[in-house]
Amino acid sequence: MEKTIIQVSELRKDYHIGEVTVHALRKVDMEIREGEFVAIMGASGSGKSTMLNILGCLDKPTGGEYLLDGVPMSKMNKNQLALLRNQKLGFIFQSYNLLPRTTALENVELPLYYNSKVKSKERKERAIHALDLVGLADRMHHMPNQLSGGQQQRVAIARSLVNDPVVILADEATGNLDTRTSYEIMELFQQLNDQGKTIVFVTHEPDIARFMKRNIVFRDGRIQKEVMVTNRHFATELIKNLPVEVDVI
Amino acid sequence: MNYTNLTKIAVNALKRNKFRSILTMLGIIIGVGSVIGMLSIGQGSKKSIQDQISEMGSNMVFVMPGSQQRGGVMMGNSNAKTLTLSDVEKLKKEAQYLSAISPQVSTSGQAVNGNKNWPTSCMGVSSDYLSIRKYELEDGRIFTEKEIESLAKVCLVGQTVVENLFDKGVDPVGQTLRFSGIPLKIIGVLKEKGENGMGQDQDDLILAPYTSVQRRILAITHIQSISASAVSEDKSDEAIAEIETILRREHKLKEGEANDFQVRSQAEMIQTFSSVSDMLTMLLGAIAGISLLVGGIGIMNIMFVSVTERTKEIGLRMSVGGRGIDILMQFLIEAVLLSIIGGIIGILFGLGISYVATSLLSFPMIIMTNAIVISFLVCSAIGIFFGWYPAKKAANLNPIDAIRHE
Repeated sequence: MEKTIIQVSELRKDYHIGEVTVHALRKVDMEIREGEFVAIMGASGSGKSTMLNILGCLDKPTGGEYLLDGVPMSKMNKNQLALLRNQKLGFIFQSYNLLPRTTALENVELPLYYNSKVKSKERKERAIHALDLVGLADRMHHMPNQLSGGQQQRVAIARSLVNDPVVILADEATGNLDTRTSYEIMELFQQLNDQGKTIVFVTHEPDIARFMKRNIVFRDGRIQKEVMVTNRHFATELIKNLPVEVDVI
Repeated sequence: MNYTNLTKIAVNALKRNKFRSILTMLGIIIGVGSVIGMLSIGQGSKKSIQDQISEMGSNMVFVMPGSQQRGGVMMGNSNAKTLTLSDVEKLKKEAQYLSAISPQVSTSGQAVNGNKNWPTSCMGVSSDYLSIRKYELEDGRIFTEKEIESLAKVCLVGQTVVENLFDKGVDPVGQTLRFSGIPLKIIGVLKEKGENGMGQDQDDLILAPYTSVQRRILAITHIQSISASAVSEDKSDEAIAEIETILRREHKLKEGEANDFQVRSQAEMIQTFSSVSDMLTMLLGAIAGISLLVGGIGIMNIMFVSVTERTKEIGLRMSVGGRGIDILMQFLIEAVLLSIIGGIIGILFGLGISYVATSLLSFPMIIMTNAIVISFLVCSAIGIFFGWYPAKKAANLNPIDAIRHE
């Protein structure tokens, strides 16, 4: 049986807005093992974003415990959380969040700048390797504004891979992309997963969720249901069947 | 923490926003530049005034008649007749701190040579006067002791007088001019000395033996003033004290009685004028300091805007493992780099200002090393001081809010 990467038990998160207390998460139990490809789904307000923030060590839960790769998170201070994010997590955002006027290579290098153990030579090598994995080695000196949306997201994926994280957390990573490009990105995620990367993917699109192996659906701060995807999409095949777009001049 | 990486991050961030970085630095550049430029101009003008005053003579000490009382009535200084030739003799004999001494009587009048005439002044002095006032002979000779004793009708003339009384090419030595109706044989010509610090033409004069001027022209028995040279500049004060002691004794002044003469030294004059230009320097420096402060506030302003504008970047950096302290240091390093680079450019700019200004005003160019060091330190301090608050603000951002910031 594969190693448990994420173990969440009785996790609660309350927000206080004025005198009203909002229970964003109410006693959530969840487990994600190495090599899994999990979609966290739900409508807005269901608690899925809160869950991702906590999984990403960006936010602390009000109660319950969260073990990331065996490390209990509740006792960590801000700096230790930053260290966890730096060494165990990779983030991918809906709007790519690349640094403007900064080359693809430098964008990918970014997480390694905050790891003082990595020397500049190794930093560059690892960044080039990550860009190679996402198929953008030939664009490493391009600025974000010289890249298409899909390419920018690939750079972001390379950035999430560069520190060799135990889990990649993607937040609506295909939300800004057209269908074909979304499928291409999903193809990349499936390839990474096939290579053993553990991926947690937040989305509200059932269509996209079918590319994963398991779906966890949130509703009102609780897990509504958990399903293993039976009729799984495979991006490589879907792309072949997409109608070829002809540019009409 | 890895400062090399943080510095690289900060440098890259500044490079990404080249134009803004340069604009931000402009405040510091102008601030530092004007501090250095203004101080240099102030110091240059001070040095220039000092030079002009010391050009007037070498370690000069003047004795002028002072007020005196006659039957309880104070007499003014101008018509005082308290100095005599015997005072000069006593000083010459007893004073240790004086290297040269000359009595002085002067009168103005019309100098005439043939059909030309020129209003000028005639100074009665001894041969020491040339060394005291740094005059040099261009031609001819100075009058002898014998000529002084015999009230000889001889004189030396300055260049302005030569120009106005003689045609070009005529050698004035040996000629005779008339001053106030008295014929004076020219035995020497003075080298040109130019204007003094107060704009007076120092070449517009006739020098004659003091005895001749005193008795033949003015018909007086007192002398108007005494010029002397102290043995060295830093002995000026001792010279003044010595002159006072000797003259008080000679003038039989009782203890508690005011001096009936005044002694002033060139060093004092220099001090007086220097203090004026010191004040000028301080004023200029203060104004320039304000512009440096404004430059610093400019940095703070830009860093604040930068923090708000780059909230998303900060969020991203935090999400990939940047700690609060890393973010703080990055912004602080950016601010310090801006001010230090601005400071260096400002120093060069200031040197440029002082070079141009001093060559336009023909001041000596004085580079004050401590002004450079201090303004550089002030720059760094401004960078830290004005960079700290925005940097702290950036570091305290909540990563979730920052990354979701639009």
